[in-house]
Amino acid sequence: MKLHVSTTVNGEAMEFLCAPEHSLLDALRDQLNLTGTKEGCATGDCGACSVIFDGRLVCSCLVLAAEASGRRIETIEGVAHGTELHLLQKKFLEHAALQCGICTPGFIVAAKALLERNPDPSEEETRYWLAGNLCRCTGYDKIIRAVLDTAAELRGETR
Amino acid sequence: MLDEIRYEAPSSLARAIELLGEEGARVLAGGTDLLVQMRTGRATPRLFVDVKHIPETSRLDLGKSELWLGAAVPAAAIVEHAEIARLWPGLVEAIDLIGSTQIQGRASVGGNLCNASPAADTTPALCAVSARCVIAGPRGQREIAAEQFTTAPGATVLAPGELLVGFRIARPPARASDAYLRFIPRTEMDIAVVGAGVSVALDAAGRCSSARVAIGAVAPTVLMVPDAAAALVGSRGEDAALTRAGAAASAAARPISDKRGTADYRRKIAGVLVRRAATAAFERARGGGSA
Repeated sequence: MKLHVSTTVNGEAMEFLCAPEHSLLDALRDQLNLTGTKEGCATGDCGACSVIFDGRLVCSCLVLAAEASGRRIETIEGVAHGTELHLLQKKFLEHAALQCGICTPGFIVAAKALLERNPDPSEEETRYWLAGNLCRCTGYDKIIRAVLDTAAELRGETR
Repeated sequence: MLDEIRYEAPSSLARAIELLGEEGARVLAGGTDLLVQMRTGRATPRLFVDVKHIPETSRLDLGKSELWLGAAVPAAAIVEHAEIARLWPGLVEAIDLIGSTQIQGRASVGGNLCNASPAADTTPALCAVSARCVIAGPRGQREIAAEQFTTAPGATVLAPGELLVGFRIARPPARASDAYLRFIPRTEMDIAVVGAGVSVALDAAGRCSSARVAIGAVAPTVLMVPDAAAALVGSRGEDAALTRAGAAASAAARPISDKRGTADYRRKIAGVLVRRAATAAFERARGGGSA
């Protein structure tokens, strides 16, 4: 059985067909060709597939594609404005907060969700918020620094 | 025969119950257990019944006398609710221990209970605050205490076609509070080696008038420890009473040895955690932790 799903991705109305057991991650990557969202573990442990689902940060591997009907989804593709990178993305480059890059879209989406909720997170709060995003090459210090630096700059402070 | 897998998102309890009567139907709330079980082949649902469009299961409503906690409400929505965290700090700290930010965006307290892991963090906390489970099924609604819900690892009292709708939790009286602690070998995102939920109510003189003690991960299901609660009643949380409560919890524990800890270790830690959780509950209750 194929389900017809109408949803909103990064502010744009989109439609796709999916099987009932397919994940939202499958639909984003294979049906909508939004391949910025990555599959890591497929069991909700690594955060590489993080998206915002109706305002909440979730692992898209643990959401059924069918659940997207009528919902609002934000993915990594919606973070930059055209060719202008989001400040978080610029700071990740500046701080060399990535190597292989598989975890990076998940970190950016998760960090953006944090800063929208809390513009002035402590280092501890940032580390706990991002504890569901795993990185196996760069390590976490540069990532945390990039996020905190972004927060400071968005608040109008210079560090 | 290749039956098609189906997905349904009923908007009423009646329709959900009808669907749950079908062969191979599984409730989908946050999906953080079910989808993982599918990936590993442990679950093979033929019909997903997404219960998040039903008003009763998705409502979080703090009323004058009690809290209605819909079984499918995501952890994040509860943790964000400042008044609920003030009234039941122990229950909320248990909920906040579950998984990552991403998991909390989806995982529900109802799902945690229905998954029936002996190590479920929210279960001892629910039991400590006397949560009542509202169950709907083909023969109407029934209500049971949280500690009666799980019957064995992975097994619950739910009959085919029945659904956990949500929890009723009475507002705590004045000078009452709760606490939940678990032991894990790391700082985040792990499964409890032992968990302990304690609630206490104090009289005007600061003496404990009632208490509830529940321990997790030390038996096939959550254990209520009435002897530990009795040790706290009448005390002001003095050392001797806390020691007796801890000893009662260690004596009640019936743990197994596994990769997370030996039975002896778990028995000892059960006592330590009950003592510490009781200390925290007393402190919070004295601080006017609830209205």
